[in-house]
Amino acid sequence: MSTDEIPDQIGHFGPYGGRFVPEALIGALEELDLAHQSALADPLFQAELAHLHATYTGRPSILTEAKRFAEHAGGARILLKREDLNHTGSHKINNVLGQALLTKRMGKKRIIAETGAGQHGVASATAAALFGLECVVYMGEEDTRRQSLNVARMKILGAEVIPVTAGSRTLKDAINEAMRDWVTNVDTTHYLLGTVAGPHPFPTMVRDFHKIIGEEAKRQVLELVGRLPDAVLACIGGGSNAIGIFHDFIPDTQVRLIGFEAGGDGVETGRHAATITGGSPGVLHGTRSYVLQDANGQTIESHSISAGLDYPGVGPEHAYLHDIGRAEYRAITDAQAMEAFDLLSKTEGIIPAIESAHALAGAMIVGKELGPDAILLINLSGRGDKDVETAAHYFGIPL
Amino acid sequence: MNTPLDRVLVKAKSENRAALIAYIPAGFPSIEGCKRVIKVLADSGVDALEIGFPYSDPVMDGPTIQEAADISLRAGTGAAEVFETVKFAHEAGLPTVVMTYWNPIEKFGVEAFAKEMARNGGSGVITPDLTIEESREWKSATTSAGINTIFVVAPSTAEKRLGDVTAQCSGFVYAASLMGVTGARTTISSGAKDLVARIRTTTQTPVAVGLGVSTREQAKDVAGFADGVIVGSAFIKILLNAGDEETGLKEVSELARELALGVREGR
Repeated sequence: MSTDEIPDQIGHFGPYGGRFVPEALIGALEELDLAHQSALADPLFQAELAHLHATYTGRPSILTEAKRFAEHAGGARILLKREDLNHTGSHKINNVLGQALLTKRMGKKRIIAETGAGQHGVASATAAALFGLECVVYMGEEDTRRQSLNVARMKILGAEVIPVTAGSRTLKDAINEAMRDWVTNVDTTHYLLGTVAGPHPFPTMVRDFHKIIGEEAKRQVLELVGRLPDAVLACIGGGSNAIGIFHDFIPDTQVRLIGFEAGGDGVETGRHAATITGGSPGVLHGTRSYVLQDANGQTIESHSISAGLDYPGVGPEHAYLHDIGRAEYRAITDAQAMEAFDLLSKTEGIIPAIESAHALAGAMIVGKELGPDAILLINLSGRGDKDVETAAHYFGIPL
Repeated sequence: MNTPLDRVLVKAKSENRAALIAYIPAGFPSIEGCKRVIKVLADSGVDALEIGFPYSDPVMDGPTIQEAADISLRAGTGAAEVFETVKFAHEAGLPTVVMTYWNPIEKFGVEAFAKEMARNGGSGVITPDLTIEESREWKSATTSAGINTIFVVAPSTAEKRLGDVTAQCSGFVYAASLMGVTGARTTISSGAKDLVARIRTTTQTPVAVGLGVSTREQAKDVAGFADGVIVGSAFIKILLNAGDEETGLKEVSELARELALGVREGR
């Protein structure tokens, strides 16, 4: 194996990635890596996953051209990859079904998951119900309040939801608690991590389960317009939907890849979750990447109206793509995201997740930069049903 | 390498007993209160000290140490306070190591951290989330600074990996007695004894056992097969529950004296 292979055998993307975990977890990570490698090479596994996607997820997800929305994006052609139409309402199901099949393959009976917005928790609870696995979801207490509807959904699906009261009571603390559970119960339990962060093999494995988004979208765009898009846009928290749609386009260097981080109140205010834009290299949750941290290396709490992007870290492959200049990362404020949320709802009849609205706000900017000849592919990673209450409060709609 | 930690472990061995190693986070219960606790530990039979660098995301720690770390962080503890505490403990006559998650070292600067440890009289550093695969720069920095590198080995560590990890350890090998996070347990897993035996087939470096030890009886059991007995959460629990600092210090002293007897009764 060549030394400049990305990632290398222990998950390094240049200086990023790797494994920074208690020794107790190494055995489980190696087992998982082997299971993932053997599944990749196993046609039966791939066929089972493809069958699930065709008959359960609802893949391929469709491409929708947003013509009325495009009027607000400099007249560029706006193509939406509709991951919001997947079963459970977001791209998260792609990874969850893959890892649930791996859980079975490893002979484990219990899965644990962390969740911020609740989308990954709901997807995990769904897969657990489908495969008859025990499921425990850790969720920051603050997020259980912001996303109470998703908490109810997880419970209806038979999962146990444990509110985490430590630290900032959000996604990062839910991950801490899930890792503590995993260290303790690793023999019987698979940690179904929901994003392209964490120790190797998670960033690579989760990407592999999501890259179908970009593979489908590339075919669909070529079929519809006969050429590659000028830019591919996605929102970024941990970065799973973004890497999913970016990955197949990485070799197509004429296609710009642009990730939109949660700028919260504005990066300059310090109240944001824009890890690459406003953070620095460090280690968090088992991987080296960009991190929001203070002078002592303590994690700084992130802020975003979107619970799913409210995370002070980001996947190591994004850090790498940023540093080598292959992808660009920009910040979108809460206000910009909510404007795009409102606009897509009113111009296209599609209520996006607030997470995905960050990418839509990005499209409004990039479309104006590139003009009416441009074709933009945007990952509409989730639907906004879960955000109706937040949006109603934001826009002053009485409930 | 011959640090104060190396020397105290040799001394304990020559007395045919295990060493008692106590853990306290820097800045807990306060910056100055921590120093008073250290003084009490030094006067109550503790052989060596682990000073915790409080961290915002301590995934290896149970609720007791998490709470202490939160208190310490709120008091503003950072690298400067950690090194100040190391210096104090060293001057109080205790061989001292720092236990820290990796990111604070990386943020401080890998080489600078090792140097600063040595400059303040620290013997070494325990790095619970630094895997040996990621440790090359750290090994080189600690070797030039002349301090010990202590890695944690778990019951799940595979045979073929065990020797690779222990080969990177100096001072002692930290054997995690069980699969789990820090915190007092009523029983010490029988797996600890097996793990220590497995470690000894790979290395001559002393082995200390941590996770869960809180009583004289448990210290005695562990001292029967390990070179060091590490106690952390039990001291912290006392300090968290004590009505006032004086009571806390008195109870810490009593527990330390009991444990010091325990590590002498094991063989």
